Amino acid sequence: MAIEVVTGNHAAGYALSVAAEANRVGRGAACGIYPITPQTEIVEFVARFPFTKGRVIAVESEHSAMGVSIGAAMAGARAFTASSSNGLAYMTENIMVAGYYRLPIVLAAVNRTLGPPWNIWADQGDTLYLRDFPVIQLYCETNQEVLDSTLLAFRLAEDPRILLPVMVIMDAFILSHTQMETDLPEQDLVDRFLPPLELPHQLNFERPTTVGGLTWPRETLSQRLEIDEAMERVGAVYEEHRAAFEKIFGRDPGGAISAFETEDAEAVLIASGTIASTAREVVRTRRARGEKIGMVKMKMFRPLPVDALLDAMPRATKIGVLDRDYAAGVGGVWWHDLRAAMQGRRDDVMVQDYLTGVCGGDVTPAMLDEVIDDLLGRRSAGKPVWKGIDR
Amino acid sequence: MNVTLETQDPITCCDECLVRPGNTNCGGCGMSVGLVMLDRALKSAGQRCQLVIPACCGIVTAGGYPTTGYSVPVLASTFAASPAFASGVAAVRDLNDEPHQVICWAGDGGTYDIGMAALSAAAERNENIIYICYDNEIYGNTGGQRSSATPPGARTTTTPVGKLERKKDIMAIMAAHRIPYAATLSIAHPEDFARKLDTALHLEGFRFLLIHSPCPTGWKSEPAESVELVRLAVGSGLFPVYEVFDGWRYRITIKPNGADPMEYYRRQNRFPAAAMDADAVRAEVAGATARLARLAEVFAAG
Repeated sequence: MAIEVVTGNHAAGYALSVAAEANRVGRGAACGIYPITPQTEIVEFVARFPFTKGRVIAVESEHSAMGVSIGAAMAGARAFTASSSNGLAYMTENIMVAGYYRLPIVLAAVNRTLGPPWNIWADQGDTLYLRDFPVIQLYCETNQEVLDSTLLAFRLAEDPRILLPVMVIMDAFILSHTQMETDLPEQDLVDRFLPPLELPHQLNFERPTTVGGLTWPRETLSQRLEIDEAMERVGAVYEEHRAAFEKIFGRDPGGAISAFETEDAEAVLIASGTIASTAREVVRTRRARGEKIGMVKMKMFRPLPVDALLDAMPRATKIGVLDRDYAAGVGGVWWHDLRAAMQGRRDDVMVQDYLTGVCGGDVTPAMLDEVIDDLLGRRSAGKPVWKGIDR
Repeated sequence: MNVTLETQDPITCCDECLVRPGNTNCGGCGMSVGLVMLDRALKSAGQRCQLVIPACCGIVTAGGYPTTGYSVPVLASTFAASPAFASGVAAVRDLNDEPHQVICWAGDGGTYDIGMAALSAAAERNENIIYICYDNEIYGNTGGQRSSATPPGARTTTTPVGKLERKKDIMAIMAAHRIPYAATLSIAHPEDFARKLDTALHLEGFRFLLIHSPCPTGWKSEPAESVELVRLAVGSGLFPVYEVFDGWRYRITIKPNGADPMEYYRRQNRFPAAAMDADAVRAEVAGATARLARLAEVFAAG
């Protein structure tokens, strides 16, 4: 173990590399890479990594980067790639394919505002827009969480009960370019955590199927149902691997959700990514003043861990969702999804949306104080409330 | 029935042929002949292959899952990215010291048009794959729309009065990448066809093969005349049959025999007579033939 002060990009690049290297006793590792700010350092890291049995192919586009990784995964290798913003949008067709092909590809994604206009700052809209594809999404709060989640992502993705791509996600610059103390595990520990990959449906001369050719509605439907069943299993399987992670690496990589002061809370903020850090501190301060408020950090967005969320806040009647994203004509994606998921289960809860830090704006403690004041003063939910706009 | 990718065995009827009997291809399809030729060349060379096929008739050939029209592993790729998918497959093959070929099998849409960036990039990286384009000069799989491989004058559903522009010279583009091998193949000349496949199978690096592939539904031609049509294309110089080594050493392998290009046009109903100027066609073909002959003379393949 070596504790170093590194950026989020470095943590992701390191984790992707050592995870891939762990498959050197299997069919090796291969991936396609393409740069985009603020993700570029990740692919630069993996391009320099001295893989024993691996090939990193610098291609001409994000679409092809994921294409190479799909080909490599289908040939049985451990595969990954990374992207951000418009790069993810361009990669989308092949991210979708990786999901429907049930390939355990890990995708490091740095949240950046989709353009136009050209904006390189944090906004979760680029990854949340992939919400309808069979891809597990994990949002990280710290660089350590980026590293841990990336290692865990491979184990989760490659579990035969799951076999789905996993996106490990961090905020542009707030994590990608900010250095923090991070425990970078040695290769032998990673080897213990990640056994060689044996993809059950890899290209095989003994069973020469045509993967991805025409299927009839019945077969396609059957495959969709299997994805749904795999998604249903993610929560429990994640917990198994989380425990295994803690045993090997000696620290908790974090749950699908992390609740803070929610047991008796009447009002709860829901945050993800780095906004969770700010929200936790604001809640801590106001708790000290006797206010019954709490906060939940959502790490997992797909599948959406609604049961865990509801269990964590049994007394909440007011929920404020912090969305660093905006879906045109809808409001916040987290809010939209959470509100829909709660329907029929907790109809007594008021769920209000706050658009905070959209397009990379700062989310300050003062802003979250305003959010809490607004939430506490409300009798009913209204339209999404934009924060941080001057006009 | 719960069909899974992991557990469902393919339903097979013939494990000996690359493309099995009972597939859904049209009568007179040049691609079908190309697949049979590929099968023979692989057997002759004692090699086997994995196929990467983008959206095109070649993936429809597989039929409906879990049956498959192919006896080899096939990975369907997205339309624009078959060379990228194949690069990943080939990388893992090489990491594991496996001897089989990784072959992209793509139509002109996936090659000349939507797949051009990925194709150029894979060629530039000199990926160790064979890329075969069966060029039917039309988007046959979507019912016959214009492609950049469609020749001037040809009527398609999106060029109702006949295409106005030239056909893209993809061989020049691929040769410009200085890849180890690029060749054009005609199903009317099977010996030449087989020899070029064999040459490709015994080279390393990026190899590009272009097959002139009749599409009776798109060409509005008689299926029984497919081979005769492409023979006319070769004889008249409309489809030059040659090979290029390392991007600059040329060899014309089947020389034009003086056939009239207008005969080729007349025997298909895709060329409205009003759109065809015989003198202009003959002049264009003569110019292209002379240019290639000069290249082959000055930069001869040894």
